[in-house]
Amino acid sequence: MIRLEQISKVFNQGRPNEFRAIHGLSLGIAADRVTLFTGPSGSGKTTLLSLVGCLARPTSGRIYLKGRMISALPERFLTDIRRSTFGFVFQRFNLIKGLSLIENVMLPAYPLGLPFPELRERAAGLLHGLGLGSKLENRVEWLSGGEAQRAAICRALINDPAILIADEPTANLDSALTREFLAIVEGLRGQGKGVIITSHDPLIAESAVMEAVIRMRDGRRVERMAMED
Amino acid sequence: MVIGGSIRERVARPSNRAMAWFLGLGALLSVSLAHALWFGLDGADPGHGVELVRELGLSDLALFTEARYTRHLSLADSHAAFQDHPLALDHFPTASLAAPPEHLRNPHVAGD
Amino acid sequence: MLQAIERQRYFIDYSLSSLARRRGKNLGLLTVYSLIVFLLASVMLFTQSLRQEAAAILKEAPEILVQRIAAGRQDLIPAAYLERMGSLRGVSEKRGRLWGYHFDPAIKANYTLMTADQHQLPPDGILIGAGIARARGLGAGDFLSLRGNDGKPAAFRVEGILPAETELISSDLILMAEPSLRAFFGIPDGLYTDLILKVSNPREVRKVAEKLTLLLPDTRPILREEILRTYDAIFNWREGVVFVLLMGALLAFVIFAWDKASGLSAEERQEIGILKAIGWETGDVIRMKFWEGGLISLSAFLLGYLLAYLHVFFADGFLFEPVLKGWATLYPAFRPRPVVDGLQLATLFFFSVFPYTLATLVPVWRAAITDPDSVMR
Repeated sequence: MIRLEQISKVFNQGRPNEFRAIHGLSLGIAADRVTLFTGPSGSGKTTLLSLVGCLARPTSGRIYLKGRMISALPERFLTDIRRSTFGFVFQRFNLIKGLSLIENVMLPAYPLGLPFPELRERAAGLLHGLGLGSKLENRVEWLSGGEAQRAAICRALINDPAILIADEPTANLDSALTREFLAIVEGLRGQGKGVIITSHDPLIAESAVMEAVIRMRDGRRVERMAMED
Repeated sequence: MVIGGSIRERVARPSNRAMAWFLGLGALLSVSLAHALWFGLDGADPGHGVELVRELGLSDLALFTEARYTRHLSLADSHAAFQDHPLALDHFPTASLAAPPEHLRNPHVAGD
Repeated sequence: MLQAIERQRYFIDYSLSSLARRRGKNLGLLTVYSLIVFLLASVMLFTQSLRQEAAAILKEAPEILVQRIAAGRQDLIPAAYLERMGSLRGVSEKRGRLWGYHFDPAIKANYTLMTADQHQLPPDGILIGAGIARARGLGAGDFLSLRGNDGKPAAFRVEGILPAETELISSDLILMAEPSLRAFFGIPDGLYTDLILKVSNPREVRKVAEKLTLLLPDTRPILREEILRTYDAIFNWREGVVFVLLMGALLAFVIFAWDKASGLSAEERQEIGILKAIGWETGDVIRMKFWEGGLISLSAFLLGYLLAYLHVFFADGFLFEPVLKGWATLYPAFRPRPVVDGLQLATLFFFSVFPYTLATLVPVWRAAITDPDSVMR
């Protein structure tokens, strides 16, 4: 269970370009369900995602993970929690160019210092599981969009996190690939993992896989969109 | 289906290659150090050179033969070209490599 | 413990993969870097070896050399001075040296002619240094004709060639019997070029030198310790010059390396953001970059040093030959004997490895302390 209390996030505080992305938001997210943050661009959903995923700290307010307040922890501990609890899939996938597919997948586990054969086997297992078993040594820039996304998912899962976080995962995918993604999410849910997604893709929003939907507008949570796009 | 740590993969791992690379260079460095100890001046016998020096009463190396004050560096007097001024450029290139002799830089007795 | 090593190995894996992406550029950097270390290490090893060689050979040089100074220049010294100095306490042997220079216009070389009574040479017999033998193409039994003091050519028969391993001191020597040398140079009996004194107890050398200046006010004693210090300081004088010349190259490299190491491209910045977002700490990013700088600079240090070792001790420092030769025709072919000074090696290591590694770390530090959510924006 993740609980947010009176969260605000201000960028460029005190400067002329100060920008308030989140206004005093409070909400709870079930850690083992599929949650969608939706809303138009600029609504603060991506900022909210980075706060939930411990990528950033709120300007004010508190975040609790399994009852433990994490919003005030120093970077070291925050990184530790992020690494063990969350796996990230970014909008542009953010695979590191020039490295092979399997190296990219193994990357988040490097600082843990696991035995190499064990880590490699785990990475290879994940890639086989998502149908990329034949491309382990390929450079990531040769992958197609769908393959890159599955690679990003494998990378997010390498540390066996409880929650997968995906920012606009289908923005660069066609409908067929979007359905494929939803199938993967469903599979993860079946394994008992939670998934948090931001998206304004109707295909995602209307999917039965989504168990909870949090609608955002102008940095606040809204119950119902007047004119949903 | 899963390939864990076959020999080939272990070898292909960059850090293993780096280790091999540095072990190789380190081994060469050790060889060079051993070589220096074995064939160096400390270990080797100084050879006929010392005998010749003792026999003839030689005082200098035959390294720069172009000018007499560089050929017999230690015997040069203050009137040799480059020693008029320690920073003056000499017309013999090698004279600009060697320092004026000790007895000129640091005279121990009057009379130079 | 094992886990800590494994972690560092993963960081090395990453930095190597990351270096391999710009293979050409990084190999170029490594080459230039190694070349610089090579030049510095070559100068260092060569001069150090020469210094040590000089010290080892010249430790048998006479303890005191006495030159006569006339009108401010060195002049021939009368044999009578040997009697005038009488028996000085501590002096075990004293004798005159007879030697001089001869310019050979045939090959434009300066020879050093010297007497060698020990060899019992016939009046027209000479022993020559290997340098002369090489330059004039002479062997034992050949004749060497030199224009004497009286303007007439004098032919000498080469009785033998001085051992090649003594070339550093004997390359340009021509040894002959004393009467032959006097006749050739026109030096009358009773005059020497200079005098040498052997003093067995090193503590008495200075005392003897002081007495000499009182007894023979027109002479100048040169002590062996001064000779040794002169050669100990050889190149110190302008070892600096070589370094100054290298400075240009060095500066160019520093600018290049600084630019390469310290300027983080947008791509690298983004990469650091990604690494932090997927769970690397700031320290992990810095460790990885530390390895990147460290692996390059350590490789350059080892490669450059090993090449310099080969160059100086196996290829006789051939790159320095033109510099040391100057305008001289005779250059001793000698193989420097290996000397490695731990302190010098450590200094070279420090100055070649640390600055580059630090240069890679500084900008990473700044990039790595940014928030990991930058990749989301």
